[in-house]
Amino acid sequence: MTLVLEQLLNGVQYGVMLFLLAAGLTLIFGIMGVINLAHGSLYMVGAYAAAVVAAKTGSLWLALPAGLAAAAAVGMAMELVVLRRLYDRDHLDQVLATFALILIFNQAVTILAGRQPLFVAAPAALNGSIEIVAGLTYPIYRLAVIAVGLVVAIGLYLLVNRTRAGMLVRAGATHRDMVRALGVDIRLLYTAVFGLGALLAGLAGVMAGPLLAVQVGMGEQILIMTFVVVVIGGVGSIRGAFFGALVVGVVDTLLRAFLPGLLRQVMSGPEADALGAGLSSMGVYLLMAIVLLIRPKGLFPAHA
Amino acid sequence: MQAKAILLGAALALAAAGGAAAQQPVRIGMITTLSGPGGYLGQDIRDAFRLAIDMEGGKLGGAPVELIVEDDGLKPGQGKQIAERMLKSDGVKLFTGIVFSNVAGAVVPDVVDAGALYVSPNAGPSNLAGKECHKNYFVVSWQNDSLHESAGQNATNLGYKRAFILAPNYQAGKDALAGFKRFFKGEIAGEVYTRLDQTDFAAEMAQIRAANPDVVFQFHPGGLGIAFLRQYQQAGLLEKVPMVLAAPSLDHVTLAAVGDAAVGINVTAHWNADFDNEANRKFMAAWTKAYNRPATYYASQGYDTALAVASALKATGGKPDADAMRAALLKADFASTRGAFKFGPNQHPVQDWYALKVEKGADGKPALVTKGKVLTGHGDFYAAQCKL
Repeated sequence: MTLVLEQLLNGVQYGVMLFLLAAGLTLIFGIMGVINLAHGSLYMVGAYAAAVVAAKTGSLWLALPAGLAAAAAVGMAMELVVLRRLYDRDHLDQVLATFALILIFNQAVTILAGRQPLFVAAPAALNGSIEIVAGLTYPIYRLAVIAVGLVVAIGLYLLVNRTRAGMLVRAGATHRDMVRALGVDIRLLYTAVFGLGALLAGLAGVMAGPLLAVQVGMGEQILIMTFVVVVIGGVGSIRGAFFGALVVGVVDTLLRAFLPGLLRQVMSGPEADALGAGLSSMGVYLLMAIVLLIRPKGLFPAHA
Repeated sequence: MQAKAILLGAALALAAAGGAAAQQPVRIGMITTLSGPGGYLGQDIRDAFRLAIDMEGGKLGGAPVELIVEDDGLKPGQGKQIAERMLKSDGVKLFTGIVFSNVAGAVVPDVVDAGALYVSPNAGPSNLAGKECHKNYFVVSWQNDSLHESAGQNATNLGYKRAFILAPNYQAGKDALAGFKRFFKGEIAGEVYTRLDQTDFAAEMAQIRAANPDVVFQFHPGGLGIAFLRQYQQAGLLEKVPMVLAAPSLDHVTLAAVGDAAVGINVTAHWNADFDNEANRKFMAAWTKAYNRPATYYASQGYDTALAVASALKATGGKPDADAMRAALLKADFASTRGAFKFGPNQHPVQDWYALKVEKGADGKPALVTKGKVLTGHGDFYAAQCKL
């Protein structure tokens, strides 16, 4: 039973990381209609900036603002220099341009930081694990990631639903031209939303540092899953991104953890392990296909 | 206009002929992985190979060489295309460089079937070692399984009874677990295949804790290994369950990245920076002077591959003739950084394997220290299936 609970926590933690990325991606797509493949690069930029600052100063608390600032700054620069020219263009052009950005970012980071993965130590206060219930010890750092993710989710909900800026964002998502006609500086709004999305991706990158290896190409690994989250949750919907991310995180983790064991009941060990591993990596995509069949606009569509 | 073109063509042909008279450099095609998380593996192989060329002043075995390096991006298809281009337009007859077994599986058959030689500085997949072995295919590094066989033997030697084993779900991962099981005499408490693109192993950590084994063996090369080890430590498992690894899961770069979390881990390898033989001392001194970063065993393999090629070029007088090169290569007439080295019947290495342990060095940084021999003159399991 504690094993199931632990795997659920793992799933939620993974989901929370996916949410931070998916929130930005879905906002940018929902409001500006831009498919930003380079969103994963912002995650990488955040992780690298934090890793470099942490290595220089030895403090993750200094690395956090550095990573956030770097990701947001790079994100806004990206919007101003490249994406601004693509709003009226075809999605294919956007995909091409942002894919080019991935290659450019990867190469730039390789030149600046080298190909060898970087190491970030978790802050001393969060290093180690605690016993949550009897028999279940869990890394404190992962609990902290879950907590930060939930706080950000609540904060985003309040920002989008309770503030004037959020109202503009929602209006921009549904009635773009009307917002423009009412005299709102839509270009400023776009840059701000892009910066916010980049900031969230950067936050995910910073938090990933002590968990995963900070390396070139880390963004693409998680980006595919992020797109799955956005599709399942419904394009343009923060709420969809949140629940979509949790569903994807939990389903992926549980399949990975328990499917080989279940298959082993009906077939021999090595075959069950290999088949289980194969099926569990398909699981999330199957889920996406099913959701698309039943609800083509995702679980929580923005333009319902 | 046309006359001009003809003149130009004639001039070019003359220039080419003149170059040939002054001994044309032997072209060596290096297809390796330079981008992505596994990029530093290819980088070390390339840099060490280049180091050997530089140490001879642009030559190998007395013959001037030209190294053409291309990045396969860890994509088998891309590797295949590069090989095709090098074979057809660059006229390359001698290939090396591939890091990952899946790329090797796509590229090597094309290369050797076209009559060119391939000398592997890293990947040694099982299929190419057994039934599909080829007279033009040499491996200087290892056969994939033997890495993990040595780890299995090490776990047996250390007296562990129940092992939990994990590897990514691809050919080299399956070879790894098969190799470990072949030489581990105890019981397998659990066997898990992870994803090749997976960086979060929380689910696997929970499974390990639930299975409560004596020892964990895992094979995760490059960045994956760093993530695995650190999450292993964060999950509080490092103090509870010791780990036995093969070289690819804990090279010198991984070690630098993982830091103190790695102290106490058992590793088996065919090479270590502290090996006390003349060839290795020379290599380490040159490497440190040229690059000033820790040498991984990938680097030692790149260097040994260059030495092997040099020995063959020396024997053939600088002609990259496949038959003559092959005969010369088979003798393995070079001083390997590993000490004893020869080729087995399937042209894969027969070599010694050593037990290493991560210990805190005099400077306070963890380092791999050689502890003793695990296997002597170890060939590989598939040699018997190879009919050359």
